[in-house]
Amino acid sequence: MSRIEVLKTYKIFIGGQFPRTESGRYYPLKHNNKIIANMCLSSVKDFRNAVVSAKSAQGSWSGKTAYNRSQILYRMAEVLEGRKAQFITELETQGINTKNAIQEVELSIDRLIYYAGWCDKYVQMHSSVNPVSGSFFNFSVPEPMGVIAVIAPEDSGLLGLITQICSIIAGGNTCVVLASEHLPLCAISFAEVIATSDVPGGVVNIITGKASELINNFASHMNVNAILYCGSDKKVIKTVQDLSIENIKRVIIRENSDYFDAKHDNLYYIFDFQETKTTWHPIEQVGGSGSGY
Amino acid sequence: MTKKHTIDFSSDWNLDPAPESTATIKLKEKYDLYINGKFVAPKSGVYFDTINPATEEVLCQVARANADDIDFAVKSARKAYNTTWSKLSGKERGKYMYRIARIIQERAREFAIVESLDGGKPIRESRDIDIPLAAAHFFYYAGWADKLEYAFPNRKPSPIGVAGQIIPWNFPLLMASWKIAPAIAAGNTVVIKSSKSTPLTLHLLAEVIHEAGLPAGVVNIISGNGETGSFIVEHPDVDKIAFTGSTEVGKIIMRSITGTHKKASMELGGKAANIIFEDAPLDQAVEGIINGIFFNQGHVCCAGSRLYVQESVFDKVLQKLKDRLQSLKIGDPLDKNTDIGAINSKDQLKDINKYIEIGLQEGAHIYQPDCVLPSKGFWCKPTLFTNVSQSNRITQEEIFGPVLAIQTFRTIDEVIEKANNSPYGLSAGVWTDKGSKIFNMTTKLKAGVVWANTFNKFDPASPFGGYKESGFGREGGVHGLGEYLKFD
Repeated sequence: MSRIEVLKTYKIFIGGQFPRTESGRYYPLKHNNKIIANMCLSSVKDFRNAVVSAKSAQGSWSGKTAYNRSQILYRMAEVLEGRKAQFITELETQGINTKNAIQEVELSIDRLIYYAGWCDKYVQMHSSVNPVSGSFFNFSVPEPMGVIAVIAPEDSGLLGLITQICSIIAGGNTCVVLASEHLPLCAISFAEVIATSDVPGGVVNIITGKASELINNFASHMNVNAILYCGSDKKVIKTVQDLSIENIKRVIIRENSDYFDAKHDNLYYIFDFQETKTTWHPIEQVGGSGSGY
Repeated sequence: MTKKHTIDFSSDWNLDPAPESTATIKLKEKYDLYINGKFVAPKSGVYFDTINPATEEVLCQVARANADDIDFAVKSARKAYNTTWSKLSGKERGKYMYRIARIIQERAREFAIVESLDGGKPIRESRDIDIPLAAAHFFYYAGWADKLEYAFPNRKPSPIGVAGQIIPWNFPLLMASWKIAPAIAAGNTVVIKSSKSTPLTLHLLAEVIHEAGLPAGVVNIISGNGETGSFIVEHPDVDKIAFTGSTEVGKIIMRSITGTHKKASMELGGKAANIIFEDAPLDQAVEGIINGIFFNQGHVCCAGSRLYVQESVFDKVLQKLKDRLQSLKIGDPLDKNTDIGAINSKDQLKDINKYIEIGLQEGAHIYQPDCVLPSKGFWCKPTLFTNVSQSNRITQEEIFGPVLAIQTFRTIDEVIEKANNSPYGLSAGVWTDKGSKIFNMTTKLKAGVVWANTFNKFDPASPFGGYKESGFGREGGVHGLGEYLKFD
C-alpha cells in the first residue's frame, strides 16, 4: 500500500503569521475538475488587519540600512533557490507545463537578485544636490511612500507577484498583496520563503480571495498610501482611480504583461513607490571667504 | 504673558511713505485672450473687472473664455504640437525660452508693479521674489530643452502632447512660469488659465511670449473663472493636467479625469509645521516664523501655519514674536517699506475672518498688533493664536491667511507625531543648532519640502511638491521635468 500523502492547508500571511481568514470562508481551487486546495476567501477585515501590520512595520523597515535590506532580499532568493522543486511542482499542479514552470521559478529567483542589488543604489539614481541661487545646501532624495496595496497579476502567480513585491519593499515600503485568484498557491508558499528570510513580520502581507470583493477597500482605505493594480480592466482602473481620490492615494497601473520579459528588471518600478523630499539648509558665509587656505 | 510692548513702531518710528511709482504703467482698458499667436476677443464677448485689493478700484477688464474659446485654444495647441513644436530641435526650443526669460528680466519692474497692483502683495516681494524667480524658471528649463536624454538614465523621453494648466491667485506670474517652462522645454504645447482675481501679469506674459516670437499656438493664455478651468480639464484632446490650488478643487479635477488617458500633477494645500527647539538660534527662528506665515499675507500653500515651540523657550519666543509683529508695516503694497500687503480678495478676507472667529470660539487666545489698517481695501492684521490644540480647526485646516496657530511640545517624539498628524504634507520647518537633530527631523517629517533653519525658500533647481493630500508630482529641478515627459 502506498503512503498517504500529507496535503497542505494554504492559509494567508499577515504580520508574519499564517492565520486562516477571520471570515471562515473558502473557495475551492480546481484544476482539471479536481479540487487542489481550499483557498481562504479573505474578507475586508483580513485586509484591514493586514494594513495595520503593514503600517506598523513600515517605520522600522524603511529605517533599516539599505545594505541590510539588500541582504534580506538576497536571502529570499537563496531560500527560494533551495525550494525550487517545490515551486515547480506547485506551478505544474496549477496547470503550467514543466518547461515554463522551471523557467518561471528561475526567473523569479533572478528577479529577486536584481532588485536586491538596487536596495543600496536606487537612492543615488534619484537624488540630486540642487545648485540653488543662494547660500543654501539643497538636496532631494527619494523616500518610501509607506503602505502599498497590491492587486497582483492574475495570470502570473509567482513571477508577476515577486516582481511587484520586490520593487515595493526594495524601496522601504511595506505592502498588502492580494494574490492571483486562480494561481494562488505559489503566493502562499512564497510567504513561507518570506517568513524564513529575516523579513520582519508585516513588511509583506499576502491574502487570497476575490479582487472583485476587495478592490474597493484596497482603493479607499485611508491608511494605504498607494495602490498598485496589475491588470487591464478599464472599469476596474476607473474605480480604483475614483476611490483613491479621498486621501489622494497614488495610483500605479501595470497593464497585463509578459513577466518573463527582461523589461521588468526595471529601476523605475522602484521609483513608482517613492516620494521626493527636498531639504534646505543655509550655508554660513563668514570667515575664510576669499582665502585660498 | 502680560508684558507690555516695548516696541511701538507706529508712534516711535514713523516711516515716510516710499511708494513705487506707477507712472510708467499703462494698463489697457481690456485684455483679450492669447490664442494661436493672436490676441483675440472672447467668443462670448464677456469681460470681467479685475480690481486692486488695496483700494477696491477697478484696474481694467479681462476676457472670460467660454467652452468655444477653450476648444479653439486646445486645437491651436494641438496643431502647434503636431506641426511645429514637436518637430523643432531642443536647442531651438531652448533659445525661444531664453528669449522669454530675458524679456521678463527687461520688463521686471513693470511686472512687479502690476503683480502688486492686481494681487495686493508687497512690492518688496513681487520685485525681489516673484518676478526674478519667474525669469529664472524660464532660464533654468531653457537649458534642459536640448539635454532631455541625460535626465532619465536608460529611458527614452518624449513629450506628452497638449498640457492644460490651471494656476492659483497667490503667485500668478511665478506659478505660470513653474507650469509653462518645464512643459515647453520638454516639447509640449500649453493652454494655461490665470486665476480670476489676479489675471493681469499673465496677459503681460502673453505680450512677452508674442514678442519672443514663439510659434503660434505653443502657449495659449486664457482668462476666466472656475468654469473656464473645467472646460480645459474636460477637453478630450488635452493629454496632461497640471493644477496648483486647493486640495478641494484638486480632488474635483481628479474626479473628472479618472478613466481617461490624461496624466496629472497636483500641487495642493498645506498646513506646514514649523518646529522651534530650545537650542535654536531664537532671533533667527523668530524671523523664520514671521517669514514662514506672513510672507505674501499667508497666501502660500507651504506657509508655516502651525508653530510648535519647545516648552522651555515658549515664553521667550512668544514675546519675541509679539515684538516682531508690532514692528511689521502693514499697508500700501506699492510702498517699498511694506511688510504685509492687502488680502487678495473680498472672498478670501471673509474666509480668513471666518477662521479667526472659529479660533475664538474654540477657546484660543488671540494676539494682534496695534496698528491702523487702511480704510479701503481688504486687510487683515497678522494674527497669533495660542492655547490651541491639535484637534482645533485652526490647527487642522488650511486658512491661507496671516494666521498662526501656536502649540508647545516637550519631546522629539511628541513633536514628530504632532507635525505628521495632518492630511497635508507639503512642507515643514525645523529650527535647531544641532546638526544630528536636524537630520533626524528632516528624515521623519512627512513633507515634500523641509526647510531647516530657514523657511519659504524657492528655486528653479529645487524640486517642490507634496506628500499625502498636498498632491503629487514635483515642480522644479530635474524631477519637475519628468512630469512633462513620457517614456517608452
